[in-house]
Amino acid sequence: MNYSTVLFYIFALITIGSAVYLVTTKNIMYSAVALFISLFSIAVLYILLRADFIAITQIMVYVGGILILLLFGIMLTRKVTEVDITSNALNVIPSVIFAVGITAILIVIMLTTKWNIRAPLNNEVTVNQIGKMMLTGYLLPFEIASIVLLVALIGSAMYARKSKQ
Amino acid sequence: MDKFLLDIFGSELIKDLIIPVPLFAFVIVFALYAVLAERKVSAFMQNRPGPNRAGGRTGILQPIVDAIKLLQKEMVLPERADKWLYWMAPFVVFTGTLLGFAIIPFSSIYVGVDLNIGLFYFFAITSISVVGMLIGGWSSNNKYSLYGSMRSVAQIVSYEIPTALAALNIVMLAGTLSMQKFCELQAGGIQNWFIFGGPGGLSKVILIPFLVIAALILFISTLAEANRTPFDLVEADSEIVAGVHLEYAGMQMVMFLFAEYAQMFAVSGIVVTLFLGGWQSPFGNAIPVLNTPWMQFAWFIGKGLFFVFVQIWLRWTLPRLRVDQLMQLCWKYLIPIALVCVFAVGLYLVL
Repeated sequence: MNYSTVLFYIFALITIGSAVYLVTTKNIMYSAVALFISLFSIAVLYILLRADFIAITQIMVYVGGILILLLFGIMLTRKVTEVDITSNALNVIPSVIFAVGITAILIVIMLTTKWNIRAPLNNEVTVNQIGKMMLTGYLLPFEIASIVLLVALIGSAMYARKSKQ
Repeated sequence: MDKFLLDIFGSELIKDLIIPVPLFAFVIVFALYAVLAERKVSAFMQNRPGPNRAGGRTGILQPIVDAIKLLQKEMVLPERADKWLYWMAPFVVFTGTLLGFAIIPFSSIYVGVDLNIGLFYFFAITSISVVGMLIGGWSSNNKYSLYGSMRSVAQIVSYEIPTALAALNIVMLAGTLSMQKFCELQAGGIQNWFIFGGPGGLSKVILIPFLVIAALILFISTLAEANRTPFDLVEADSEIVAGVHLEYAGMQMVMFLFAEYAQMFAVSGIVVTLFLGGWQSPFGNAIPVLNTPWMQFAWFIGKGLFFVFVQIWLRWTLPRLRVDQLMQLCWKYLIPIALVCVFAVGLYLVL
């Protein structure tokens, strides 16, 4: 067995394990840290799939952006304002049904699809292709996404500013 | 390098395990002696002798003595701290910094891994140490630690933007993100370094002022990302005692310190690679002896150490910025100026 296969199984287990811990623990800070571990090992799985650009983007967006904002929010609410937040489980039965359903669908898809397997190409430069596609074939979605982000920026700046009254 | 090691050990696994070893050794030795350098330089600037007991007047053995002392110290756990997160934080911070070293090109024959998106990787991976600082500040259960970690987030997240914009100039000129390619493109002497317009015709002269400004912006904003004075609000000892480090002692404190000093060299390495030719000798191939792979190590580490010295120098010269001044500097000055540079370089490339 190739050692990257071993790595795959280790990190797949870490991803699932930390995700399970994330939803079961009561301590919200532990949930955030479990989310960190889970997102990071997903990035490792992307690297094992040789999608290095997506892996780094995963770290940049989720770990560098969203997770830090989450941690920041938790810290501000819990320690500064002395409000004790615990993450209780709500709607246990519907969510279990939903999760089992999705898992079943995914397993069925996994078993019935014909996978096109090919040997990995070494040192494929994907960034150039992604850049070209973003500015040619996918220009409109790209521009719309950037306008949405700009609107969100302006909106948050407006809310953050003190009103004049 | 890869092939050479593969020939010796005959196994992918052992080769992959061997490659990071020199990096790790370099980081440890550098961090130990950077602490000594910091103390010596500050002593020189304040006209006092500095460490002068261990190893004679130069204090050359001081880091070893310090390390032995810190190893013996008790690891203190504050009474109401969160045990697991408190133990974990220093390691997350140090790991995040060490991972950044993977793409630092020390020589044409040695780089941890020559990723084709190396620069992007570096910017992404430094955010891991931010998570570590947040966890450390929160789990210490101390309001000063918490303030320190909140400042660190605000600071590092905002300063990522001018860093990326300043680096974007060079990415546009070079048309690559691979750290080794940046160095290779700057071959042929000091006039081909990117701070002087990179390789190209005479028309590159108009780029020089923009690139010099971009280099300064990159240096300033990476200084802020490494949490060094004048941007050391994270551990401002006169305001919030020691910030994130406050509750830590012994080896955990050492992990934080190592991370800080390693980060200093890493960001210097980025500035050197992007603007100052990386491992290229300033004489190009005019004197071939000075451009052999082993001399390239010396050039790269020498340039890096120069910037580390500048960082230490600034620390003992400049006062600390206030939080609002810090944000003002970033959003009102650095980002617009960096944007102007990006526009100028873009315009030059189009025309």
